[in-house]
Formats: sequence, C-alpha cells, structure tokens
Amino acid sequence: MGFLDRSRIIAGPGWNRWLIPPAALAIHFSIGQAYAWSVFKTPLEKALDISGTASALPFQIAILVLGLSAAFGGTLVERKGPRWAMFVSLVAFSSGFLIASLGVATSQYWLVIFGYGVVGGIGLGIGYISPVSTLMKWFPDRPGMATGTAIMGFGGGALIASPWSSQMLSSFGSDTSGIARTFLVHGLAYAAFMTLGVLLIRVPADGWRPAGWVPREETGKQLVTTANVSAKNAVKTPQFWLLWIVLCMNVTAGIGILQKAAPMIQDFFQDTDAPVSATAAAGFVALLSLANMTGRFVWSSVSDMIGRKNIYRLYLGAGALLYLTILLGKNSSTALFVVAAMVILSFYGGGFATVPAYLKDLFGTYQVGAIHGRLLTAWSVAGVAGPIIVDAVADAGKKSGNSGPGLYAVSFYLMIALLVVGFIANELVRPVNPKFHEPEPVASAEQAAPAEQGEAQDKKDEARDEQGEARDEQDEEGGADGVPAEKAVPAEKGKG
Amino acid sequence: MAHQDEPSQSAAVKSSPVLLAVVWLWVAIPFAYGLYELAMTSRKLFE
Repeated sequence: MGFLDRSRIIAGPGWNRWLIPPAALAIHFSIGQAYAWSVFKTPLEKALDISGTASALPFQIAILVLGLSAAFGGTLVERKGPRWAMFVSLVAFSSGFLIASLGVATSQYWLVIFGYGVVGGIGLGIGYISPVSTLMKWFPDRPGMATGTAIMGFGGGALIASPWSSQMLSSFGSDTSGIARTFLVHGLAYAAFMTLGVLLIRVPADGWRPAGWVPREETGKQLVTTANVSAKNAVKTPQFWLLWIVLCMNVTAGIGILQKAAPMIQDFFQDTDAPVSATAAAGFVALLSLANMTGRFVWSSVSDMIGRKNIYRLYLGAGALLYLTILLGKNSSTALFVVAAMVILSFYGGGFATVPAYLKDLFGTYQVGAIHGRLLTAWSVAGVAGPIIVDAVADAGKKSGNSGPGLYAVSFYLMIALLVVGFIANELVRPVNPKFHEPEPVASAEQAAPAEQGEAQDKKDEARDEQGEARDEQDEEGGADGVPAEKAVPAEKGKG
Repeated sequence: MAHQDEPSQSAAVKSSPVLLAVVWLWVAIPFAYGLYELAMTSRKLFE
C-alpha cells in the first residue's frame, strides 16, 4: 500500500528528529493500556457472571499474543517499515476493543477474549516493536534514551488508561451496556490517538546524521559492533540466549514484587506498630508504577553514558542487594521497604527499555526490531514464572503458619538467586562471532533469506544508512570486554 | 514508488515549531493527566 510504504516516509532535510518520539509515544501510550485491564475485571465478572480466572483471560491471552506476534512478526515489521507496523497496530488494537464491545453487548464472552486477547494482542506485539529500530536510526548518538522514551510510554499507558477507564465506567455504568459503550469509546479514541504516530513517523534519509554529531573513531574496545547480524542468525548466537536469560531473570525479579505489591506491604507490616492500610497499599502500588516508568527512561538514558553491560550489572547486582536489604531489614522500616522496592521496580523497567540498545550494540541495526521481537519471548516466560514463584511460596508459607516478612523470605531468596543467574549471564556476553555477521551491506541484502529477497533493494539502502550510524558507540562501553579491533567491521567497509 | 534515496514529497515538508509543539502536547496532555491521577493515588501511602 503506497501510503504505508517505507519509501513514502523518508524524511526530508528539514525534518526534526524530535518529532519521532511523540510518534512512538502515541503508539506506546495506547497499547500500554493493556496493563490497566484489571479495571474491567470486576465489572465484567458481575455483568457476565464469570469467574476471576475467566475475566483475566483476555489480558493473559493478549500478553501471550504480544510475545508471539513480536517474535514472529518482527521480520515483517523490519521489511514493511514503521508506518505499516503502526497502522497494523492501530487497526488491530482498536478492532480488538470494537470486537470486545460487541462481545459484551451480546453477552458472548468468547468474543471479548478473541477481540481483546487475540486481535488486540497482535496490535500490542506489532505496536511494541514498531518504533524501536526507527528511533535508534534517528538517535544514533542516544539510542538508549530514544528507545527508553518509547518503552516508558508502554508503562505510562496504564497510568493514563486506568483512571480514564474507571471514570468512563462510572459514567456509562458497569452493566453490559455500559461496558460495551466503554469498549467502543476506547476503540475509537485509541484509533484517533494512534493516528498521530502513523502520520508522523519518518525514517531518516540515506546517510543522515544528527547535526553536529561526528561518529567517534573506532577504538576496537568493545561490545558495540559496526557489523550487522540478521534475526535468523542472531537466534543462533549464544549472545542472544544470554540476553534472553538476562531479560527473563530481571523481569521475573521485578514481577515478583509488582504483582503482589499491595498484599505484600500489608503482610510485611501487619504485626508492627504502623500497619499499612489497604488504601496506603494502593498508594504504594502507584509509586511502584511511577518507579517502573521512570526507570525506563532514566536508566536507559544512563546506559548511553556507561554502556549496556554496566547498566545490567547495576540492574542485576544492585537488584539482588536490594532484595537482600529488604530481607535483612524485615519490617523495621516502611521507608526502607518502599524505597528499596521502588528502586527494584525502576531496574525492572530499565531492563525492558535498555535491551533494544543492547541488541543494537551486539547485532547492529540491520534487523534489531525483529531480534527484539524474538527476545520478548523472555517476557512471556517471566510473566508466568514470576507470579507463580511468589504466589506458590507465599501460599505455602501461609499454610505452614508463617506471617509477616517470613511469608516472602523464600521468594526473595529465589529472586536473588535468579538475579545472580542473570548477572552471570550478562558477564558472559561477548562480541558476536564474525561468522554470524552479514558479509557486506550490499551482499547482505542480496543474500537474504528467500522470503526476504523481495526487499533486497530496501535493505541495501538501509544497510548503507545503518552502517554509518553504528560506529559512534564504539567506545562507550568502558572497556569491559576487551574486544579485538578486527572483530568489528569498519563502517566504511560497508559504504561502498 | 519513490526511490529510496529521495525523500517523498509529503515527507520533504519541513517541520515547524508549531507542529513540534502540537505533537508533543498531543502525548503530553494525556500523560500529565495520568501522572496527576497517579500522584493523587500515591498520596494515600502517606496519609
């Protein structure tokens, strides 16, 4: 389709790159609504007479489909370009709400699951990865900050949707008619809001660089490569699976606190002089959301300065120490508990937001969006594992008569162990073996997999562009890995 | 289809400060609303 074609969105010379983050945010603020699904749970249970397990299904399926569509649709997103991906996300996400609206209006709950979970889930997955590689091309000098902004939007989406949806349910009512109308308005409003992203998104022209920015000379220091690795090859590398473990462990540790935050703080301080009320616990949950969102922007921006490997050392190492601090501090101080939990959650968010830039460092920008999509399967696994660990251990603790901090001690030790595993995996990350690199930008496009050959010309152009951008980070990693200079392909090599 | 190396006509339009302000407000206003509501909820922890 012409309007959605990549060739239609190549930016002209005067295009301001600061127009790109709002385009990405328009998508991520919208799809981030998924984390506010809980607002609809109780009304749905009452209106359709369904169980709590059933009312959680649309969300759970949506997150599962998010992971699957990001994993399997990533290559298509890279090929078709960000406007196409954002448009697909808009149509799927909004249609999901419209189908769900029909489902509630007709009391056909399967339509809600299919609409919000399956159709909407596709919108989540494609939308999540849609701006990632484009942002890194526009901000070669600050890729962590750029992707952190977008992924912060995913966290911010729930902040917007949660009160908005609640107020709409209050206005329309929580019966089937009211919920159906609420879903209908959501579908239409998100379609309108996401349209900005579709219209505004641009890719930089061939050879574009930020004004005044000069790529640094290659020092051959580090993990940051100028070479490119295809998504197909990336999954064959140990680096991909090490990062998969890193992300999975970091997310599991964060989810452990996040999904039990309200009961956890109440349990911790129930036997003290200052027990935490349910209302105060809601405030604690809100603070964690803020920390999660802020961490996405702040820590990923910091990673541009100190390097990706170092920032994950912080997330995983300091995260483990903070869990230990909570364990040792027990219920002595509410402030200590709250601050430690907030920092852990900021690391959780930071882990999500920094990983695209880490992937770019290791695999180049060639198919980083597709590689990111495949890596997000770690999120799906962690989303299941984290809650199961904490719930199972807390339930077992209650049965055996434990109370207070003792309920969570085993869970927290497990989280520390998981973070240590992640820390070790991060330490093992080394530059990708050159045998996985695309031999030459031009050749790489020509030798692409059969399914990708149709867009060989696009890739030639993209690869030339990307090669120029990849060089700047060469010495940002602080010499942690001691990569021989010859391991990286000089950018000029690809310019010919 | 336009050639890859040449920006399309629609994309070649220069971005103005007004456009920049409008698109940032487009995302900033709902975000500010979300932050405000979050701040109101967070206060409960300290009440």
